[in-house]
Amino acid sequence: MVEAINAGLADAMADDDHVLVFGEDVGRLGGVFRVTDGLQARFGQRRCFDTPLAEAGIVGLAIGLSMRGYRPVPELQFDGFSYPALDQVISHLAKYRNRSQGAMPMRVTVRIPSFGGIGSPEHHCESPETYFAHTAGVRVVSPSNPADAYSMLRESIAGDDPVIFLEPKRRYWSRQDLALPVTTEPSDRARVARPGSDVTVVAYGAMVRVALDAAEVAERDGGVSLEVVDLRCLAPLDLDAVLDSVRRTGRCIVVHEAPRTLGLGAEIAAVVQERAFHSLEAPVLRVTGFDTPYPPATLEGVWLPGVDRLLDAVEQVLEP
Amino acid sequence: MAITDRAEAPVAASTLQVLAPDGAVVPGARYPFELSDADHVGMLTAMTVTRRLDGEFVNLQRQGQLALYPSCLGQEAAQVGITSATRDNDWLFPQYRELGAFVVRGVDPAGIGHMWRGMAHGGTGLIEKCCAPITIPIGTHAPHAVGYALGAKFDGVDTVAVTFIGDGATSEGDVHEALNMAAVFQVPCIFVVQNNHWAISVPLSAQTRVTDIASKAAGYGMAGVRCDGNDVLACRVVMRDALLRAREGRGPTLIEAVTYRMGAHTTADDPTRYRSEGELELWRRRDPIDRYRSHLVAAGIWTAQHEERATETGERAAKRLRDEVFDAPMPDPLSVFDHVLSRRSGELERQRRQLARETGRDAT
Ligand SMILES: Cc1ncc(C[n+]2csc(CCOP(=O)(O)OP(=O)(O)O)c2C)c(N)n1
Ligand SMILES: [Mg+2]
Repeated sequence: MVEAINAGLADAMADDDHVLVFGEDVGRLGGVFRVTDGLQARFGQRRCFDTPLAEAGIVGLAIGLSMRGYRPVPELQFDGFSYPALDQVISHLAKYRNRSQGAMPMRVTVRIPSFGGIGSPEHHCESPETYFAHTAGVRVVSPSNPADAYSMLRESIAGDDPVIFLEPKRRYWSRQDLALPVTTEPSDRARVARPGSDVTVVAYGAMVRVALDAAEVAERDGGVSLEVVDLRCLAPLDLDAVLDSVRRTGRCIVVHEAPRTLGLGAEIAAVVQERAFHSLEAPVLRVTGFDTPYPPATLEGVWLPGVDRLLDAVEQVLEP
Repeated sequence: MAITDRAEAPVAASTLQVLAPDGAVVPGARYPFELSDADHVGMLTAMTVTRRLDGEFVNLQRQGQLALYPSCLGQEAAQVGITSATRDNDWLFPQYRELGAFVVRGVDPAGIGHMWRGMAHGGTGLIEKCCAPITIPIGTHAPHAVGYALGAKFDGVDTVAVTFIGDGATSEGDVHEALNMAAVFQVPCIFVVQNNHWAISVPLSAQTRVTDIASKAAGYGMAGVRCDGNDVLACRVVMRDALLRAREGRGPTLIEAVTYRMGAHTTADDPTRYRSEGELELWRRRDPIDRYRSHLVAAGIWTAQHEERATETGERAAKRLRDEVFDAPMPDPLSVFDHVLSRRSGELERQRRQLARETGRDAT
């Protein structure tokens, strides 16, 4: 996935010289995950540069550059370090178009290596999506595989809206044979990642892999058929694919590693019961992280939702 | 852009120095005559122990026992010189590279090991030693030190808050706000910038246009002083002055200790991608421990016996760390539900029972 995002950035920069990549350590080092490796060497210091250590400044800078017609693609080094920039996102990035009566669209794609599962210290494993998704005026997307990472990034950079692009670190080293450039479904749409008939499982980011693994086990061991829907876009939510699926299966489980309360699962469950109530055969369940701070690395394995926790929920919704 | 320019520059004249790199006293230096032989021995011992322990942390990480570790190699003088000047009830607000400060305070190295093994956030055993938890979000702890100092001022207690930040941290908004408030409120707070010339791969010259971080103090209306951070006596002297200023109610100080990060940023970093061997070599010749040892040996204060004892103490600390973290068992999974709020909500109780079921534990 790292290579796909790197290629997405390089191709976007090659196609449009208004695309700028900047952030902490993204230039010479190529980013702490090497996502921006080689971009400075290829496009020069004006197109890909290191900034001082200042997240609010980085997003603020992107806003000003966007006003000048650039398409900045800033990186915030880790999920947990997006919080110093939260005010710039909420007060300005998300509102500029609205506050300028449409005159100043924000063509900014903020990349954030996100979520847990890689054994790192605290503040490097946060799930910040709800903070952003609760903010009207930004799009929030999260790819689950390399093809989507490339395609959704290209679309975000080329688009006319600010995008919070959450990259699942745990999938960074996942591989896929790809002929680039690749174009997948539009990034504001969910996609059925695995068709099934008994239970709809809604997931995004790294949890899509968990859901697919669970679907494999459920099929093999219990003859239960899970339909996995990869949400892809977390805000604004497109739940047509989810509702369509739930109308067929009658059962719905939402998986996310973010804490349960007021996570995306809450919103999805609300919409499903509002719009597909009569199709439901069981309550909508949430399989999530707990309402605690993200635990120390040695405990993340038991804390994070995994195949077993998901299969418990599957059993529960199938209970007669 | 020549990005290694500043790290390769000679130490500037405006930088307070007591010992030259060869250990000789700099002519006209403000030598801290108030220090006893025992003080000197204590400081060099702490530096020696810090280096040994630091090496053990790196080893343990290489052996897969720690998730990550940020080495303080080369920064021992700054950390020991600054901290040894404080009293045990002065509060320290560390970033994450301050092993030398913890050694001086007598923090159990196992508690730092727990942090980097991923067993407990923030480290354990720090609060008891008047150290705030280890802080990873850069610069965000600086305002806490100001608040602590303001509280101490309100209460009329003789406590100084000392916050350690990096050269990179000086770019963060929180640090600016902290400096400004500390000056406005005239609180007993000391900002110690360990200018080790690098913030991961970003050199000082790409972090700020000023060549002298201490000069930023003027913009806040506070005292600013720059010292050779590889000279433990210089660090001790400027810290002594700053503490006195704070205790006398004359406000905060910004100290810049000019030093160098000899190791990688963390064990996950590869510095060969961004800096030269030549720069490293230059700083090897400014090694803080060699410098101080040469001085104390020449002064007849440090003997072979002291060296032996310091080595032994270092070995004991390293062994203690290793014994406590090597293959240490996973903490109780249910502990994730402890200390979230003062009491658990019904929902959290339900979640706790869920995890107990999943992990085959008793939730009571
Ligand atoms: C708010 C925030 N942004 C980014 C990071 C990632 N990061 C960790 S250490 C570091 C560099 C810090 O440099 P400096 O303050 O000079 O301290 P040093 O590591 O040199 O001791 C960065 C960018 C972070 N921890 N916190
Ligand atoms: Mg630094």
